[in-house]
Amino acid sequence: MSKKVDIKVTVNGKLYERSVEPRMLLSDFIRHELGLTGTHTGCEHGVCGTCTVWFDGEPVRSCLMFAVQADGHEVHTVESLGTPDNLHPLQQAFMEKHALQCGFCTPGMLMTFAHFIQRHPNPTDEEIREAMAGNLCRCTGYENIVEAVKLAAQRMAGK
Amino acid sequence: MKPAAFEYYAPVSVEEALDLLDQLGYDGKILAGGQSLIPAMNFRMAQPHALVDLNRVKELFYIKSAPDGSLLIGAMTRDVTVEFDKMVAERLPVVTETMPLVGYYQNRTRGTYGGNLAHADPTGQLPTISVALGARAHIRSKTGERWVEMDDFYLGPFTTILEPQEMLVEVAYPALPPRSAASFKEFTRQVGATPMVGVAVLVTLDDKNRFKNAKIAYLGVGEKPYAATECVKVLLGQEATAEAIRAAAETAAQKDVDPGTDIHGTADYRRNLVNVLTRKALTQAVQSAKK
Repeated sequence: MSKKVDIKVTVNGKLYERSVEPRMLLSDFIRHELGLTGTHTGCEHGVCGTCTVWFDGEPVRSCLMFAVQADGHEVHTVESLGTPDNLHPLQQAFMEKHALQCGFCTPGMLMTFAHFIQRHPNPTDEEIREAMAGNLCRCTGYENIVEAVKLAAQRMAGK
Repeated sequence: MKPAAFEYYAPVSVEEALDLLDQLGYDGKILAGGQSLIPAMNFRMAQPHALVDLNRVKELFYIKSAPDGSLLIGAMTRDVTVEFDKMVAERLPVVTETMPLVGYYQNRTRGTYGGNLAHADPTGQLPTISVALGARAHIRSKTGERWVEMDDFYLGPFTTILEPQEMLVEVAYPALPPRSAASFKEFTRQVGATPMVGVAVLVTLDDKNRFKNAKIAYLGVGEKPYAATECVKVLLGQEATAEAIRAAAETAAQKDVDPGTDIHGTADYRRNLVNVLTRKALTQAVQSAKK
């Protein structure tokens, strides 16, 4: 075992101080050290996208970073989007449009598209599909996810 | 799917990083964006003894213009930074157009330009484009520095001329001469997947629309970016017509490349891709160069 490193990471606005092995992945840090199990781990080699979080405001694969690299940085996970009583418009649209079945890919989809809508407030189907290329879903066939993203974008733009 | 233990170093300057690499020798491995290294570590295909993480080395994050008109990209510049940079779009539109093909958005936010080049994936788009554009790598170590043509940078799959104590710090793209343009075309079975074949071309036309200069490089037909020579000979001095382009593409497919057969496609299939993609890339580059 290699020497542990002390880190301070702000996750969803809250500062956490922990001592971690350098080999601990950011995804495992979020789940096991912080107990934020909304972030899922799937393939753990950067293909499936379900571990997507925001690192300093940009979506990244948390399985392709080490927790030590987050020292002094800011992370947002799916828990930061909304609460059961007050869903994010994207979460609400996913629910209404049946954009999830088993829900395993959903945290990654939400973190990917919450950022995507900021960059593309009025997205085309093609842009949505292009953005979805980095996230795998084995249930829905993707169609309802495209519909949900369009609906959320419309509502967020106040249309 | 968890990496083996390693020693972790996070230098904040190039000097400090080079010191570490010098001390660690073969035990040291540079961590840039981690979009290829960390998957390999998660699979335990890679088990480096020590990682030298460059993510805190601020001086390696930049895109700037040199006095001679070259465009300089610092090794740790994030792929998304390059993708949306105005100067890159103006000077090297081929890079801007190709960036969306490099991994996915969530990889490019973290992945770095220099990491991509130094990883030397034989199906990498950026290495092949860099060879075609005549880019040069700036390499430093504790004891010295050198400039190497990207053509000479690659030795084989995932292998470059970099010594363990050396670091790629910058890549420089020379200013294109007037009436020049580049283009990149690739074929993948699935958007965002590893390309089977790709081609990067750079053409310069004279005032009579004849090919004054051309550089054509391939990915997916060998173990490293491959700069073709025979098809270039067919082009030089010829007027930039559809016939000349067709002849060059045929020559590339028949004489320049010697692709292999694998589960993804036969050698003949790859030759056909070389032919079609070369024709498309040259046609687009010629159109842009005439503007």
